[in-house]
Amino acid sequence: MATYLIRRLLIAIPSLLGISVILFTILALAPGDPFSEMATNPNVPPEVREALRASFGLNDPIMVRYVRWLGLMVQGDWGFSFASRINVDDLILQRLPTTLFVVGSSQILALCVALPVGIYAATRPYSVFDQIANTLAFVGFSLPTFFTGLLFILIFSVSLDWFPFVYRSDIAATGWRWYWEMFRQAIMPITVLGLFQAASYTRYVRSAVLDVIRLDYVTTARAKGLGERTVTLRHITRNALIPVVTLVALQMPTVFGGALVTEQIFRVPGIGSLLIDAILANDTPVIMAVTFVFSCLVVLFNLIADLLYGWLDPRISFG
Amino acid sequence: MAGSTLASPSADPAVAAIAAPVSVSPARETWRRFRRHRLAMASLVILTLLIVSVIVGPWLWPVAINDIDFSATLQGPSLAHPLGTDDLGQDIMARMMYGGRISLAVGLAAMVVATFVGVLIGALAGMSRKVADPVLMWVTDLFLSLPQLPLLLLIIYLFREQLKALFGVEGGVFVLIVIVIGGLRWMPVARLVRAQFLSLREKEFVEAARAQGATKMRQMVRHILPNALGPVIVASTIEVSTAIIAESTLSFLGLGFPPDIPTWGRLLFDAKDQLDTAPHWALFPGAAIFLTVLSINFIGDGLRDALDPRRVI
Repeated sequence: MATYLIRRLLIAIPSLLGISVILFTILALAPGDPFSEMATNPNVPPEVREALRASFGLNDPIMVRYVRWLGLMVQGDWGFSFASRINVDDLILQRLPTTLFVVGSSQILALCVALPVGIYAATRPYSVFDQIANTLAFVGFSLPTFFTGLLFILIFSVSLDWFPFVYRSDIAATGWRWYWEMFRQAIMPITVLGLFQAASYTRYVRSAVLDVIRLDYVTTARAKGLGERTVTLRHITRNALIPVVTLVALQMPTVFGGALVTEQIFRVPGIGSLLIDAILANDTPVIMAVTFVFSCLVVLFNLIADLLYGWLDPRISFG
Repeated sequence: MAGSTLASPSADPAVAAIAAPVSVSPARETWRRFRRHRLAMASLVILTLLIVSVIVGPWLWPVAINDIDFSATLQGPSLAHPLGTDDLGQDIMARMMYGGRISLAVGLAAMVVATFVGVLIGALAGMSRKVADPVLMWVTDLFLSLPQLPLLLLIIYLFREQLKALFGVEGGVFVLIVIVIGGLRWMPVARLVRAQFLSLREKEFVEAARAQGATKMRQMVRHILPNALGPVIVASTIEVSTAIIAESTLSFLGLGFPPDIPTWGRLLFDAKDQLDTAPHWALFPGAAIFLTVLSINFIGDGLRDALDPRRVI
């Protein structure tokens, strides 16, 4: 297990390096210069500007600049936020738990909906239930999260007044009351994101189950006299989950995109809304860092998917 | 179908016998199969209506999109304003028809970019028997693990000013959004094309072409690519809806087209603070995005069934 984990970690490093190269290239190609304001400022003579550029190493070849930038990123020195006046890594660490909580809960919700519905639909293909589930799945992933978010606010906050539509991190309550308020305000963002993902996962689960349901080993399991429940849950589902894990991992970039939108709609103070605020405030260090954190999260979830894969499929050796 | 083996045991021999003497073109056959998918046909009708109304609509409803009227702000649907007005009294129907043109154009153009890049990279990887294939596939996987929306926001934030200077406000953002969405969405197409090429390049008809001295280019373009097109058509149909959602998301976050260009996402962005007093303002553009995306997805599903030769319809 340990060697498998280490090998997977080593495979993740090139992708992280590749992502960092792409990010750095985008930044280096972009017009604009941190010292451009000084060019128009008559109080700063051009020689001083040149000296400043040289002291920050902006005149070095691009390769040297990339290696230096990467070195700083690895050491955790992510720069200083222009807008918030604190270190970027502190800012991100403040916001990250909220994002992980919302994304994680919505993924659990999505799987809790998609697995039963997908499996049930696949065991009765082309039945009325299957057709309704299929149509609803199409509707589900055609409804963009920003529209469902607004619809939820319109229905549950404006009309029914059940849930608050602004997420607050400073709830003035303690004990159970705090948990209750937290639950009440988290329920809409999590549902919006969860149902969107559930729609596409349902289709994955259904087709994965359909692929294995007619295989000979399932017939064998039935012939041994196992109950239908055991066959479906222990024989079919376990095997069908293997491709689903891969597809869920491939969905991760979309999930974080959706999280960004939901955070913005419900004012959830996560890294997604941090990114939007930073863009509106021209806060380049924060923008770069958040984008990089999003990439790292995607790679991390791919890694988790690989580990799950190894657990679900004994044919993959850990050695 | 004459003389071919039946595709699946469920194929009805009687149907095959009737169909056998008539030779039909592949396009016509696909259309026949596509019509069987009722939801896809309904979606085709809805999408056609939507496209026609955004193209022809502005002539039939000649109200300026920036006609400010403070005596009629935030009004619900009425005869004078069929879809109501916004907070400046501007007619939402006129704005939606104008914005729809841009949203749909972005979707189509981004699809063309994504498909072109995807087919190119997939074909190169699929034909290569040397190092190009693993390298290109590594790049594809790398792009697949990029967080697209944050990256999209980053690129637009960094390059917007420069392109504005080059192509003007509207054109600059259009070119940027199309290239970036297309450039971040080619991976599914590339993987599909590569998989098709890997299996097709070993087939006898390609071998025959090779034996007759066809160059690699000719084998690719004339023999393999036409046979690989089915799944590519399906994937690029879905790309249109993905691109429309991506553009609307950007505009919804207030970072896509500038405020004076009312794309559907931008209308939602403007409307979201008035949800309690003027829900119609958000509902109409939202419904337009939803209907467009849903019908494109259903059409893609219908095409998938129609273009799959193993499926008997």
